[in-house]
Amino acid sequence: MSKPNIQLDSHGRLKHFLTIDGLKREMLTEILDTAESFTGVSERVVKKVPLLRGKTICNLFFENSTRTRTTFEVAAKRLSADVLNLNVGASSTTKGETLLDTLRNLEAMHVDMFVIRHSDSGAAHFFASYAAPHISVINAGDGQHAHPTQAMLDMFTIRRHKGEFTGLRVAIVGDILHSRVARSQILALNTLGTSEVRVIAPRTLLPADPRSLGVHVFHDLEEGIRDVDVVIMLRLQKERMTGALLPSEHEYFQLYGLTEKRLKAAKPDAIVMHPGPINRGVEMDSQVADGPRSVILQQVSFGIAVRMAVMSMTMGTQAQGAAAR
Amino acid sequence: MNDDKIYMQAEAIDGLIGEMVQAIKTRLEVQQARDPVMIGIHTGGVWLAERLHKLLAIKQPLGTLDISFYRDDFTRIGMNPKVKPSQIPFEVEDRHIILVDDVLQTGRTIRAAMNEIFDYGRPASILLATLVERSGRELPIQPSVVGVRPPLTHEQQITLTGPDPLNLIIGTSKQETRGTS
Repeated sequence: MSKPNIQLDSHGRLKHFLTIDGLKREMLTEILDTAESFTGVSERVVKKVPLLRGKTICNLFFENSTRTRTTFEVAAKRLSADVLNLNVGASSTTKGETLLDTLRNLEAMHVDMFVIRHSDSGAAHFFASYAAPHISVINAGDGQHAHPTQAMLDMFTIRRHKGEFTGLRVAIVGDILHSRVARSQILALNTLGTSEVRVIAPRTLLPADPRSLGVHVFHDLEEGIRDVDVVIMLRLQKERMTGALLPSEHEYFQLYGLTEKRLKAAKPDAIVMHPGPINRGVEMDSQVADGPRSVILQQVSFGIAVRMAVMSMTMGTQAQGAAAR
Repeated sequence: MNDDKIYMQAEAIDGLIGEMVQAIKTRLEVQQARDPVMIGIHTGGVWLAERLHKLLAIKQPLGTLDISFYRDDFTRIGMNPKVKPSQIPFEVEDRHIILVDDVLQTGRTIRAAMNEIFDYGRPASILLATLVERSGRELPIQPSVVGVRPPLTHEQQITLTGPDPLNLIIGTSKQETRGTS
């Protein structure tokens, strides 16, 4: 017997969404299929379905984020849930006990779901392990560990443009070492059967043994994006510059910045993705970001549908706790 | 599920569909409902609607609804893992809608479908056409046009299988996956 996955309930349904790790291909496909049905809701006269009416969802952000928090909020509201936004400065809390206090206090307000972003890896797991049984937890990014909803909206975007994952070649460019987005993307791409996942980065921004992630490693951008179907650019965290891992923004762009010229190496119909917000002139130039192959704004729209899917799937498992019919 | 019996086969069902077409035409005339549009409810309702839509020569493309997001038992049974997108490729506002489903039982599906339709706009009217009307209503919902009214016991389930050929099957499955027909 493998150890039980905290993310699944006793029926194997998605109860929390903390990481891609340990989830089967069928589950990821179910998330993508469910999200597909939600895309239409945002285009209607009434951009709302009554699915989570009467439920309270708390966005608990210990780390700054505008985009992710906003799309979670929009997703919750389009499901008719009530939303509580709490921006808690990470500095104002210490780990462990205080986090538990925060949880207990919010539980006392009868919150049904937590969406958590925290600078510590494992924060969402911590919440999921200690939360009352009827509560679902969604990880909106924890430390350098995971950002599963971002990965799933990226998978959704890829599937919309490319169909099946088998036969696809996908390159992820940038700071692989510190990126929770990259980690979740690699897991999702491999679980969904992508033919080849490449990472392109300087040695200083790669983990010690990158091949163990199930990827091919490249240090040269043009070589790495040759004949790929999808190019995913990661956001460069400015603080890495001070950590002496990178020389300068300018030099990074010279080596790893995506330009129209470099993009010619990829397949003619390759799409360019970025989790946002873009550092123009650092990860890519504006011509690419605003160009015909960029699907960056679609990623934002699809992010709402994917988050609606994950929220409704996890909240649906609360049914077990409901009174007998 | 081994005691499933075929209640009605494709040919007889085609006959019923033909009668339904006539009945719908009459209803539309009486109501003076011009230029109607049609919406089928996933999955059986869509199979039936595809046939009715063609026979009635409706100009606008067929709309489809998956009422999973509007179900009243979400808090009991959770998310339907096979939810399909709803597609309403026309303006609902001020249109006469023919809503089509396979089996009318509790009325809960139709309640959910009407709620969803109103989130697309305010229709001029809704006419409900179902292939089967059976006992077990839990809401005050009345079909406008019905193909057949088989006498069934509470335990008996009637299901439309398809899409081609269409068959009506009667089984006595336990209530484990009871729908909200």
